[in-house]
Amino acid sequence: MSALDEFLQLGETIVIGSHRFEADEIKAFAQKFDPQPFHLDEQAAANSVFGALCASGWHVTAIWMQVNLRHLEAAGERPWAGDGPRPVFGPSPGFRKLRWLKPTFAGSTLTYSRRALHLRGHAGRPGWSILTSLCEAHDETGDKVIAFESDVLVKTA
Amino acid sequence: MTKTPTWAFDDLAVGQTFALGPKHVTAGEIVAFASEFDMQPMHLDEEAGKASLLGGLAASGWHTCAMFMRMACDTLLLDSTSQGAPGVEYARWRRPVLAGDTLSGEAEVIALRRSEKRPQLGYVTFRHRLRNQRGELVFELEHAGMFLTRDAIS
Repeated sequence: MSALDEFLQLGETIVIGSHRFEADEIKAFAQKFDPQPFHLDEQAAANSVFGALCASGWHVTAIWMQVNLRHLEAAGERPWAGDGPRPVFGPSPGFRKLRWLKPTFAGSTLTYSRRALHLRGHAGRPGWSILTSLCEAHDETGDKVIAFESDVLVKTA
Repeated sequence: MTKTPTWAFDDLAVGQTFALGPKHVTAGEIVAFASEFDMQPMHLDEEAGKASLLGGLAASGWHTCAMFMRMACDTLLLDSTSQGAPGVEYARWRRPVLAGDTLSGEAEVIALRRSEKRPQLGYVTFRHRLRNQRGELVFELEHAGMFLTRDAIS
């Protein structure tokens, strides 16, 4: 395993933290960004396809980012044993294959994880590469609730 | 309170578009979202944003997704038979969304497929695009949503 692979923890599934979704925060997010009845009101949700108040899918992914950043901060700087300069993370160009597999109901707790899958060169930006990671969340019963593949730029030279 | 939605699966056709926005993005909104969900310096502080690759106080990409969702709700979903969406094929943050930008664009229907298991449900694939006030593409997203047919609600 190269110093870079080790630095990026390639192939390793890292549990980054948990979040309990309260009814109040589900409604607050939905009022601003996703005001569909099943995210706003218990009664309306009971009569909907979901059967109970549940978080916007975009709320569930936004919390992935929150949990990820808190984990990175708590974990501190990764050790770097390579010859060149320490790699630097840049912005993200996007994500793919986002699946909302199960509703996140009020009161449920999700546990988030990420696993670095592969690093590819970035044709348009010499010195930069794109790191693709599989990001997931599971609920208390062990069911997978969301999954997506996220890209982030990494300056590797 | 329940009015019959204007848009059901049967009412949508490939090539049809719905206007997204306009949505003016303020510095306050960018900082408020980032403080809760994406507390990185370029989303929280003008100077840090200028010093970054993004070139100014920039919205979190997840904030852009959330703003897009609101635009999609307002232009179509809240007045439709939408039953949610199983996912998103891709989302691309093509250019930074900076404080003061105004976003607008369109949701275009690119495919329609009736569910084989549930004849009163159909899948509608949309390609969404948002541009800034200079007409530059800032965001693209493709997803399939589930919509009830008109039969299902009549």
